Amino acid sequence: MKESLGTTGLLVNEPLLWEKGKKGRCGFSLPRRDVEPCFLDQELTGEGPDFPDLSEVDVVRHYTRLAQWNFGVDTGMYPLGSCTMKYSPKTNEKQASLPGFTGAHPLLPSSLSQGALKMLFEFEQYLNEITGMHATTLQPAAGAHGELTGMLIIHAFHKKQGSKRSKIIVPDTAHGTNPASISLCGFRPVPVTSNEQGILSVESIAEIMDPDTAGIMVTNPNTLGLFEENIQNIAEIVHAKGGLVYCDGANMNAVMGMVKMGDIGIDVMQLNLHKTFSTPHGGGGPGSGPVSVAKHLEPFLPVPRVVEENGAYILAQDYPDSIGKISAFHGAFGVVIKAYSYIRRMGPENLKKASQLAVLNANYIKEMLKGTLHLPYDRPCMHECVFSDKHQAVQKVATLDMAKRLMDYGFHPPTVYFPLVVPGAIMVEPTETESKEDIDQFIAAFKAIANEARENPDLLHDAPKSCKVKRLDEVTAARKPCLAG
Amino acid sequence: MIYLPHTHEDIFSMLQVLGVDNLDDLFSTVPEDCRFNGHLNLPEALSEWELNDHMSTLSHTMAVSPEYKVFLGAGSYEHFIPASVSYLLGRSEFVTSYTPYQPEMSQGTLQAIYEYQTLAARLLGMEVATASHYDGATALAEALLMAVRITKRKKIAISSLIHPLYRRVVQTYFNPTGYEVVELPYLNTGATDATGLDEMDDLAAVAIQSPNFFGCIENLQALGQKTHDTKALFVVSFTEALAYGLLKNPGSQGADIVGGEGQSLGIPRSFGGPALGMLASGKKHMRSLPGRLVGKTKDLDGKTGFVLTLATREQHIRREKATSNICTNNSLCALAAAMYMASVGGTGIRKLARLNYDKAEYLKKELKKAGFAIPFDRPTFNEFVVEFPSGFEATHKHLLEKNIIAGLCLAPFYPELANHYLLCVTETRSKNDMDALVREVKS
Repeated sequence: MKESLGTTGLLVNEPLLWEKGKKGRCGFSLPRRDVEPCFLDQELTGEGPDFPDLSEVDVVRHYTRLAQWNFGVDTGMYPLGSCTMKYSPKTNEKQASLPGFTGAHPLLPSSLSQGALKMLFEFEQYLNEITGMHATTLQPAAGAHGELTGMLIIHAFHKKQGSKRSKIIVPDTAHGTNPASISLCGFRPVPVTSNEQGILSVESIAEIMDPDTAGIMVTNPNTLGLFEENIQNIAEIVHAKGGLVYCDGANMNAVMGMVKMGDIGIDVMQLNLHKTFSTPHGGGGPGSGPVSVAKHLEPFLPVPRVVEENGAYILAQDYPDSIGKISAFHGAFGVVIKAYSYIRRMGPENLKKASQLAVLNANYIKEMLKGTLHLPYDRPCMHECVFSDKHQAVQKVATLDMAKRLMDYGFHPPTVYFPLVVPGAIMVEPTETESKEDIDQFIAAFKAIANEARENPDLLHDAPKSCKVKRLDEVTAARKPCLAG
Repeated sequence: MIYLPHTHEDIFSMLQVLGVDNLDDLFSTVPEDCRFNGHLNLPEALSEWELNDHMSTLSHTMAVSPEYKVFLGAGSYEHFIPASVSYLLGRSEFVTSYTPYQPEMSQGTLQAIYEYQTLAARLLGMEVATASHYDGATALAEALLMAVRITKRKKIAISSLIHPLYRRVVQTYFNPTGYEVVELPYLNTGATDATGLDEMDDLAAVAIQSPNFFGCIENLQALGQKTHDTKALFVVSFTEALAYGLLKNPGSQGADIVGGEGQSLGIPRSFGGPALGMLASGKKHMRSLPGRLVGKTKDLDGKTGFVLTLATREQHIRREKATSNICTNNSLCALAAAMYMASVGGTGIRKLARLNYDKAEYLKKELKKAGFAIPFDRPTFNEFVVEFPSGFEATHKHLLEKNIIAGLCLAPFYPELANHYLLCVTETRSKNDMDALVREVKS
């Protein structure tokens, strides 16, 4: 094995913001006062917030030090399953920070915001093409927000048909947010288990699909990294009973240019721009979760919609069946710019290639690690593969221990203990932007850790050793919450 | 393609390991009839330099400062953002990390969000603030759903002076639930008319925005009192967070839950998003809060550290019983706000907020002098309503050609307010800009 990436380095301690600074300092250049102070009723004023006073240098050092305690995709491989932590191209950031975009007020007249509207319009067309769907809204601000939007659309569709339905089918391999998105719309999630191959069987859906079921919410590829092979037959069954098929498209990175969801019976789906389309995750957002729909659901999309009229773009409001608004303005426009830039830089061939290489990388890892780690579903995977800690359990080493030990080797751990269908799951999604050398090093690290599990399991139990902190007491954190200083 | 590192040799050797001949064969589990065998109809790839040209062309069509003098607020505000904030926010360790599920490797994000929660709670006068939400509208909707969960009542009353687009989002969230949403009318002073509350029972929450959509500062204390008399929770919303640098904060006025927009705190307008939904409550309701929370704890050696906490409320633990479906929040926007609040500081934010107030008062006074009516007499912060003579629409249009955007026409949102415009002035508008505006609307 090459020299391990993991090492220790000088990290500088840094107190909390309010433990620094001195009254009277300021890190903000106050604008010149060119008007006189006016009367202000003292009844209205408070004492002002108790913020610390810091100089610009105080603030810069503070956040630079904090940044150094963090690990990002730019630091190294971050193979979180179902999160698609691919490289975020720097030109995307540059485009999103153009003053014409950052400075734009969301209520500018259409005539003075043609560039933004044109981009939104074109981007919707690109997503229509990639998904094979008919129309798209960019208003949802995150994946789960897109799920909610999709559910609201399904709700509105049935209401319009005059049919009252109370349930939505959710497979056990669906994303974690799905059941909650369903409940928010007043539907009851009906769980269904996957078959021994890790996918949905036609029979299991036929058995529970009834006229009281509004639809099914499938993650495809699912969270085991497997393509739902029976999706067309399942869609037929659901459609035959008047239901709709929702596809959680968070895993679209596996099938761009390979599968068009609109062609295989999907009625509505969300995409996660912060996954498939390379926009950075920002430590947990902002994301963007566009929703694409088939033609019969277009009338229900949120308003306003960008429409082209005689070569100009306008915001159209007149859609009486629309679910309404899901964000105050146009959604995460700044995120859309980055995803738009990505698609323009990639072009059609490279998007398809990205999916192919993502699938190649995942299968390669699966093949290389399957002796080392237990592989519950030994069949070709899509963009991610799911192992478990079954082999290591004998040494009393759990998934969490291996995950923490990976940090000492300089890798961010994969997603752990998800999906729930695999006990002790280790879900690895390398993405296409990891090179073979980096993947080989990750594989070597995991093998070394498996050896350590046999020979010196305490190394794993005590891990991580080279991070800013050791394992943290999460139980006390939840029992006696301290959420503000 | 520079984002794809695989050489032909890499691909070949990896395929060999898999015993597969070519990349397409990796998709053997995708049934033939599910495959798309055509070519995606998308524009051909651009080089980085071609993309620069293309995006530059698009961005130049947008009406922005300094070429345009924009007097628009209405939920999106132009404020100066220090270079240090933008610079620090670009640190890739913050930008390219995920939600901090592995705390040992994410202490930077976690401490920063804990600090954000603290500063946000102090700004709003509340005990607990969440790690962020999508925007002010969704934060308000979540606040109201939270009130329904806490009180187990099924009706909410919402002021008609809450941002009209926020009200539409609330309506969208509430539509499928069967909970009732009633709107409270407004008085001719520009404040919410809460007299109807006396006759309403079974209310889960009363929602008031202050400063409200007309820019007017509501009497939160009195409204809170009235709300509590009905046993409902008092939910306060806001679109201009900077106002609380000067005005009494919602917590001190009896707010039970606060949900609003933090874009003013160092986040560019960016055509409305990404934004910063701020949500806060008292400790009493902490476990009913939707969204992420960061808590302080200790590591094995007793060293202070931070973790995501109270996760049992969240969807990935008790899937069907989650308090909300929030997964991603707007962490980087919260980080921007924390950096901004730290930079401006306690002394600075007060001065800055006061400057906003004084500038808006100046423009108000000058417009009055010029003979225009200020229809609502409640005090305002940095935006206010002006009634222009009928036919002002043409003037407004004409001013666009002179690169002045003379406020937002209210008629589409409030049909009874023909010729009423909402004007906003922040620290970014100079006296000269304002004088020029007054000159132009007069002529």
